[in-house]
Amino acid sequence: MQEELKKKPTRDGAGEALLELGRKNKNVVVLSADLTDSTRAGWFKKEFPERFIGFGVAEQDMLGTASGMALSGKIPFACTFGVFASGRAWDQVRVSVAYMNLNVKIIGTHCGVTVGEDGATHQAIDEIALMRILPNMKVVVPADAIEAYKATMQAAECDGPVYLRLGRQAAPVLTKAEDPFIIGKAVLYRDGKDVTIIACGHSLYEAKKAHEKLKEEGIEARVINLHTPKPIDRKLILAAARETGAIVTVEEHTVLAGMGSAVCEVVSQEYPVPIKMVGIKDVFGESGKSMELLKYFNLATEDVVRAAHEALDAKKHR
Amino acid sequence: MKNKKTTDIRTLKKKAIKIRKDILMMLEKSGSGHTGGSLSLVEILVALYYYKMKHDPRNPGWQGRDRLLLSKGHGCPALYAVLADCGYFPREELWGLRKLGSPLQGHPQLGLQGIEISSGSLGQGLSIANGMALANRIDRINPKIYCIMGDGETNEGQIWEAAMTASHYGLSDVCGIVDFNKLQIDGFCCDVKGLEPYAKKWQSFGWHTLEIDGHDFKALINALDEADKVIDKPKVLIAHTVKGKGVSFIENRVEWHGIAPKKDELEKALTELNEELKKC
Repeated sequence: MQEELKKKPTRDGAGEALLELGRKNKNVVVLSADLTDSTRAGWFKKEFPERFIGFGVAEQDMLGTASGMALSGKIPFACTFGVFASGRAWDQVRVSVAYMNLNVKIIGTHCGVTVGEDGATHQAIDEIALMRILPNMKVVVPADAIEAYKATMQAAECDGPVYLRLGRQAAPVLTKAEDPFIIGKAVLYRDGKDVTIIACGHSLYEAKKAHEKLKEEGIEARVINLHTPKPIDRKLILAAARETGAIVTVEEHTVLAGMGSAVCEVVSQEYPVPIKMVGIKDVFGESGKSMELLKYFNLATEDVVRAAHEALDAKKHR
Repeated sequence: MKNKKTTDIRTLKKKAIKIRKDILMMLEKSGSGHTGGSLSLVEILVALYYYKMKHDPRNPGWQGRDRLLLSKGHGCPALYAVLADCGYFPREELWGLRKLGSPLQGHPQLGLQGIEISSGSLGQGLSIANGMALANRIDRINPKIYCIMGDGETNEGQIWEAAMTASHYGLSDVCGIVDFNKLQIDGFCCDVKGLEPYAKKWQSFGWHTLEIDGHDFKALINALDEADKVIDKPKVLIAHTVKGKGVSFIENRVEWHGIAPKKDELEKALTELNEELKKC
């Protein structure tokens, strides 16, 4: 019996949190590069116009200005699409933000291929990598709107730069308001002993469905919600490696240097077990509908199930 | 206690020579660094730190201080020499320039007393200056934010994004200063990528422009004071300078952009500067 899940975009969760932060903390300011409504920065703008700064189409300038505001005691949230917050303004993020370890929070929306029809130029599928390789930077990929709300609230509290990776489309709400959420601490989402599926962002939903399909076959898959690819929760990942002996990673991102690679970096060095990575295989995105694209890029439930079988096989033949 | 202001031109001139000597000694000791673009900056920095800016070396984090952002980070030997002379850190630190473990990195790094931003990747300082001014506007305080850019640096698109932002928001506390020494790594700016009509470019972006001889203290002081009177828009001082200023065999020579003087060259340069000092 399939339960009907409520759907809500993660960008909406972050937008609500920004409004709440505006009320609570007078140092919070919101910056936007012409995508004010799309990123939900507009909700903050409407209530706090004096603490909102628009830049037009100028992401590099926005990140630099955020740096100056942080140097003067503000907590700027710079909002744009993930592709532009990362690749377009990467050197500004690197030098003006990360190198100075400033309190700049970067909100990247419309991430992953599920943004759909806009195609490759607008699909952020490499920014977990681009952001995670910067010293001082934290990278958070909330699984649903509730986590996005909590992540945004916590980003304002923690020291240093944070990149929040959000999506455009309404995504299933998988967690509850009362569930604990701490940046840097992964969540054991479903327990199991045979294999572990580690997912972040929207891919947690595919992991959840894979868990259910595998259960029908008598396979008990553990599911970890690795909502913070950096700083990574080594403890929970290594416990999974030890206790289940096989791992599958799932992300709406290239398999090069993303969340799955971060897991491999930990596991291969500290407790090597077979790992199969579900992700985009070194290609650009394409136009299409969200669900079509998930299947086209092999990021859907059946791909996770197949990867779990492969990981289990590898474990058996070690 | 704030810094003491000096209006005496002779004192400022002597200070500039002392700073030039320190720059050359630092660079010779480090064996690498940017000589030409450090020497062109000297009068600009001396006018700011000894005449214009409100700052307090004993309280470098003072919220009301004026800020100097060196967007052309490669000119940092000049800034380091001035900061040490003001008392932000001991002069002996200068001799650690570019050495492992020294806070005097090859390009400025936040953390060294008196340094307001890390810089070095060109084109980023003006946006940061705008951010400081926007934050100050929210806090209802109005220290001045000076941002020194290189002429070649303004090839960068981000400078012009920031120029639009500053005029759009009427950031009159932002004062850009272009060290217009006419040379960049590949040669004369006009050959690499023409900047003219330069003042008109800034004006058309909504800035008030002042064009001066960047080695003439009287002109610098007047222009910095004049800039204060403009209260509705950002302003930029286009300071015409000579790359390598003060040392005959370094002046206007593109090959001196990114190299340091050797021992004999240093001796020759110091002799020239000591002669200048006698004339003051």
